[in-house]
Amino acid sequence: MIKFTNVFKAFPKGGLALKDVSFHIAKGEFVFLTGHSGAGKSTVLKLIYAEEPATSGEVRVSGFNLAEARRKDIPRLRRRLGIVFQDFRLLEDRTAEENVAFALEVTGARRASIPARVMRVLTQVGLAAKAQAYPRELSGGEQQRVAIARALVNEPTVLLADEPTGNLDERATRGVFQLLRDINASGTAVVMATHDLDLVRQAPYRVIELQEGALMYDSAVDEPRDEAASP
Amino acid sequence: MNLVIREALLAFRRAPLLSALSVTTIAFSLFVVGLFGLVAVNLQQALRDVAERVEIVAYLLPGAPIETITLAQKDIEAFPEVQAASYVSEDQALQRARTELVEFRDVLQELERNPLPASIEVKLKPRFRDVDHVNDVAERLRGFGFVDDVRFGRDWVEKLDRLRQIAAAVGLVVGAAFAAVAIIIIGTTIRMAVLQRSREIAIMRLVGATDGFVRRPFLLQGALKGMLGGLAAVALSYGAYALINRWLIHAAFFSRDQAVAIVGFGMLIGFFGSAASVGRHLRKV
Repeated sequence: MIKFTNVFKAFPKGGLALKDVSFHIAKGEFVFLTGHSGAGKSTVLKLIYAEEPATSGEVRVSGFNLAEARRKDIPRLRRRLGIVFQDFRLLEDRTAEENVAFALEVTGARRASIPARVMRVLTQVGLAAKAQAYPRELSGGEQQRVAIARALVNEPTVLLADEPTGNLDERATRGVFQLLRDINASGTAVVMATHDLDLVRQAPYRVIELQEGALMYDSAVDEPRDEAASP
Repeated sequence: MNLVIREALLAFRRAPLLSALSVTTIAFSLFVVGLFGLVAVNLQQALRDVAERVEIVAYLLPGAPIETITLAQKDIEAFPEVQAASYVSEDQALQRARTELVEFRDVLQELERNPLPASIEVKLKPRFRDVDHVNDVAERLRGFGFVDDVRFGRDWVEKLDRLRQIAAAVGLVVGAAFAAVAIIIIGTTIRMAVLQRSREIAIMRLVGATDGFVRRPFLLQGALKGMLGGLAAVALSYGAYALINRWLIHAAFFSRDQAVAIVGFGMLIGFFGSAASVGRHLRKV
């Protein structure tokens, strides 16, 4: 469903952000994307949601060959993806409910169907009671749940999460991670970039590790490593 | 479409200060254009009033038979340039002289013989009141056998022509300059509104909004702001006009069409300014 084949990505000012990266993520998988800051985790995600094009190599996402995709195809691709960020990226002047509804409205969903779909995902992330709250009235963990609800409301096949717990305390981190696991359990693939290795060790999921733009380790392909060897 | 309208209106509610600021900026930019327009309109009106007095007088030879003159008068009235041609007999000319030239009343009273010739006074239609057409008509009048002389104040008509040309040139240049300044200021204001919402635009695109979807509320909003600014500018111009009218000189205001044109100009700048700003922004993200 997501397939990188010999992908290179050059920085605009020279140097490589990604060097010959290849992997394949299947439907319904949960994958950790790990590595130090600047290792290329965010770049991989940006290539997946077509924020940036690969310099060379092939990126295929949900049936789209992104090298061939035109600008007008990108919205259709993004509607099949859910994207969550470290900084939540909610619209401050809209309530939780409106933030989620917004993602449906922009895709031209049927007006009448919107409130029910919004409440369903807000319930799923455990925030039904705070539907009317503005982002500033919510804790970090709650804001991230709203962001996740917004990512889910279009029923994506993949949820991309870029350091989703990076701004959260430990308790909120556990809650959000559990939510992502639940989402995965119901069939949605999750690609989660993180440098929180405690989180990675907690769950038996596939790990793809990047180092300076190169793929160092993929637990689906390589030998399992012992704890001591992992970064 | 509902959604587009709602989003466009929401922007006014969400950023009332910035929206008010843009409308005000647009209003004042257009107000300057409007003031200049008022000057132009009044100048034109004044020139038209002056041009009213452009008249060609054909003095007739004494003794021309009245039937011939009446026929000729009909002919002259049929000239495409001519608005009206009226016959003034010798007696009428004297009568007029007596009432108009009061200082000479005594002289005129004591005349034994009327020295004034009969004449045909020709008034041209407004758009033919320039030196070329006047000359042309005068020339044709000279062609009539019973016409002795034709007068029309050549110098005066030529000066009027120059004045008109100057007014038109200055109007065009200054008007274009003011309009350009208005376009730049309004464009910048609208660009600010777009930049202020760049985060929102980025989020819209992330959740799968098409470029058209992102663009449409901005276009509508830009057109609305331009329209409101234009209406305010017309109101301000009216205020200025009322003051001038009351305290300075009797002036004319815009016709309905001209007022509508100002509002339309505002709408167009708002619309295309938004299109350019959002387009540029979208190409970058």
